[in-house]
Amino acid sequence: MNFDVAFGQYCEGDSILHRLDPRAKIIMSLLYIVDVFLAKNVFAFALLTSFTVAMAVLSRIKPRILLRGLKPVIFIMIFTGVINVFWYRGAEGAKPLVDWWIFTIYPAGILNAVLIVLRVVLLIAGTSLILTYTTTPLALTDGLERLLSPLAKIKVPVHEFSLMMTIALRFIPTLIEETGKIMDAQKARGASFSEGSLVKRAKALIPVLVPLFASSFRRADELAVAMECRCYRGGKGRTRMNVLKATFKDFAGVIVIILLGVSLVLLNKYTDAFALGF
Amino acid sequence: MSKIIKAENVSFSYEGDTPEERVEVLKNISFEIEEGSFTAILGRNGSGKSTLAKLLCMINLPDSGRLEVDGIEVTREDVTEDEIYEARRDVGMVFQNPDNQIVATIVEDDVAFGPENLGIPSEEIRKRVDGALEAVGMSEYARHSASRLSGGQKQRVAIAGALAMKRKCIIFDESTAMLDPLGRKEVMKNILRLNKEDGITVLLITHYMNEASLADRVIVIDNGGIIMDGRPSEVFSEVDKMWEAGLDVPQTTELLQRLRDAGLDVPKDIFDPAECAAVIKAALADRGCAI
Amino acid sequence: MNLNTEKCAAEFRGVSFTYNKGIAYEKKAVRSVSLKIYGGCVTGLIGSTGSGKSTLIKMLNGLVKPDEGEVIVDGTNIWDKKVKIRDVRFKVGLVMQYPEYQLFDETVSEDIAFGPKNMGISGDELKRRVAEAAKFSGLDPDLLEKSPFDISGGQKRRAALAGVIAMTPSLLVLDEPAAGLDPAGRREILGRIKNYQRESGNSVVIVSHSMEDVAKYCDRLAVMNKGEIVLYDETDRVFSHGEELRDMGLDVPEITKVAEELARLGVDVGNDVYTVKYAAERLIEKYGLGK
Repeated sequence: MNFDVAFGQYCEGDSILHRLDPRAKIIMSLLYIVDVFLAKNVFAFALLTSFTVAMAVLSRIKPRILLRGLKPVIFIMIFTGVINVFWYRGAEGAKPLVDWWIFTIYPAGILNAVLIVLRVVLLIAGTSLILTYTTTPLALTDGLERLLSPLAKIKVPVHEFSLMMTIALRFIPTLIEETGKIMDAQKARGASFSEGSLVKRAKALIPVLVPLFASSFRRADELAVAMECRCYRGGKGRTRMNVLKATFKDFAGVIVIILLGVSLVLLNKYTDAFALGF
Repeated sequence: MSKIIKAENVSFSYEGDTPEERVEVLKNISFEIEEGSFTAILGRNGSGKSTLAKLLCMINLPDSGRLEVDGIEVTREDVTEDEIYEARRDVGMVFQNPDNQIVATIVEDDVAFGPENLGIPSEEIRKRVDGALEAVGMSEYARHSASRLSGGQKQRVAIAGALAMKRKCIIFDESTAMLDPLGRKEVMKNILRLNKEDGITVLLITHYMNEASLADRVIVIDNGGIIMDGRPSEVFSEVDKMWEAGLDVPQTTELLQRLRDAGLDVPKDIFDPAECAAVIKAALADRGCAI
Repeated sequence: MNLNTEKCAAEFRGVSFTYNKGIAYEKKAVRSVSLKIYGGCVTGLIGSTGSGKSTLIKMLNGLVKPDEGEVIVDGTNIWDKKVKIRDVRFKVGLVMQYPEYQLFDETVSEDIAFGPKNMGISGDELKRRVAEAAKFSGLDPDLLEKSPFDISGGQKRRAALAGVIAMTPSLLVLDEPAAGLDPAGRREILGRIKNYQRESGNSVVIVSHSMEDVAKYCDRLAVMNKGEIVLYDETDRVFSHGEELRDMGLDVPEITKVAEELARLGVDVGNDVYTVKYAAERLIEKYGLGK
């Protein structure tokens, strides 16, 4: 079972994007999302696309893997694309490209659809490049914990929450493997998970879920004892082996994304090209 | 030699829902463990040995009796939580299921978990983690995902976790039970090394008699009490008593016992196959058998 | 040895299996294995971790479908279109490692009845089977109406074993049935399995890491290495290949090592020694001890 590899989509590497501080990357990806929505006209989109492609090249992640990440949203992309093609007319009095039965397609509609789909593609590709493809789940929770640490002052259990995330990530592969084993064991006793009505199939899961829950509780119990043995007593007084130190490159990264946003706004304003209708 | 653990008349019961369901697991146990020694604890399932391990790690405290760990009397009426925490720093435990004691996804992050809890400065943790992983031969796996390691490797990571905390004493609670022979060998090699070279006190709870035969001392627990305590040779020579306690003896001991019963004058306490063969040959020669 | 080599319980004909075929981490687990499992005996399957043992036994009841080759149970190819794979699972009972973690029903007896019920058995026949299976596995009858989560570890293991025996499979396959048990528990469960084989006349396959255990309880041994069967013979003959076994990361029983050492010293006890009892008898007989 190679679930831990697939999960969180992390791709091993040592590029500049991999090495950035997770906190910087979380901020960068938030700002990047804003940037994507700032882009309005063709020039702005061209800049944004080039920027994202440049990041992809920098990350040295195979394009095939990047495209695979888009797979789950293909339906949404097609749907928004089609809607835009038919509904958007562009400027008043424009000549339709196709006018047949109830279908009227304007050139502006096609352009608009292309930009909207591009927006979805960039949104997903960009954030996964900055965040999920280049950051381990652990670094992510770590970064999140530290970004949110001021909230601890108002009694938000930031450390506990982050530890919970860490442990959950750690145990996902273990529990998946365990589920497989239990299913095999019950199949060996004649259980069938793929036959019969929906109700019957749901019922067939009981012999899997009960042992799985029992085992999760047992594991949780043992882990709690192990943690206590290792002198864990909450986040107070704890230190960290890997101290996150924001360096020049991390600030630079955030600034680059901000500058990108500024450029996009300027391009929208001072260049004259086709712009998104809504 | 100083004693790292002193237990006097220690008893412990698990509470049931009703007073009748109360189970007395340990009954007036007394023993001392010397610093730097290697003690094996044997006993059938349910004999109370894992409960004892939990008392020594102070996960549970005895109901009665006196328990002193590294000079701190943890059974004192007015013992503070900080004192117990202090005592716990010195005694580590490696559990049976390697999966249920690894907290972090990445190997080195897991080894760092203990030292981080102790509030040790970052650079020092880094040094200790690197050193500990090297000591158990897992340096090349430092950045690997723990879930992809073999059982024996996971247990070595757990040992590294204890080393990084600079534990004085490590309890192995059936740590080799779920491993294959190769994994067991790896872990035993590491246990012996950290006892002989680093002087760490080792308490080894096991069902494998040949592992116990490597210890300086064997304690046999049955029905909540200590029934045998001595050098491996002394304990294993009591073949019948061991069988009664639901245990076993190494095959060499059993063979020598059978030969002794048949009148051959061989010693009781040999665990190494080559040595065993040598004493049998010598005894046969003494008898004047033609070889 | 009165082996019924005529009767064949199951057969592999050139089976191969590769995990993650075509993607990363591709691993060839079983490489064109051909093997006949004989009727009416206990066959041991040994091999180091990753040698393909688990995959091979999962092929016996169709949990794993071979990429190539045929699996024959009761004279029919189990992947034939006319065969329902579920029916094969009732003929080949598979007890997985740590089977106690699959218990789920409200009472032990209902859990044991899960398999037979899936076969369509009910009423008195069902009751009879549950009672008989519980008896074979040595389960305490008082525990039958308790929750499987409230009984001890050893009893849970027996309940899980009973759950498979209750399907009255003609071939019973067990993956490490004694893992994690104390010596008495090991003796008990393996003795029960051996006894089950004798009384029912059915065939049994045991996968184990313990050379001492397979030496004691198996009539025949199949040795797997890197996905292939490299040795398949009667137990004593397999253990006379000590050198080859060690090269595969396996071991021979301690007592076999003693016999090898004795042979080196000129005390010849034969190269087929693999139990303590036999070794002692040979020495006593050869040198006229005990008189």
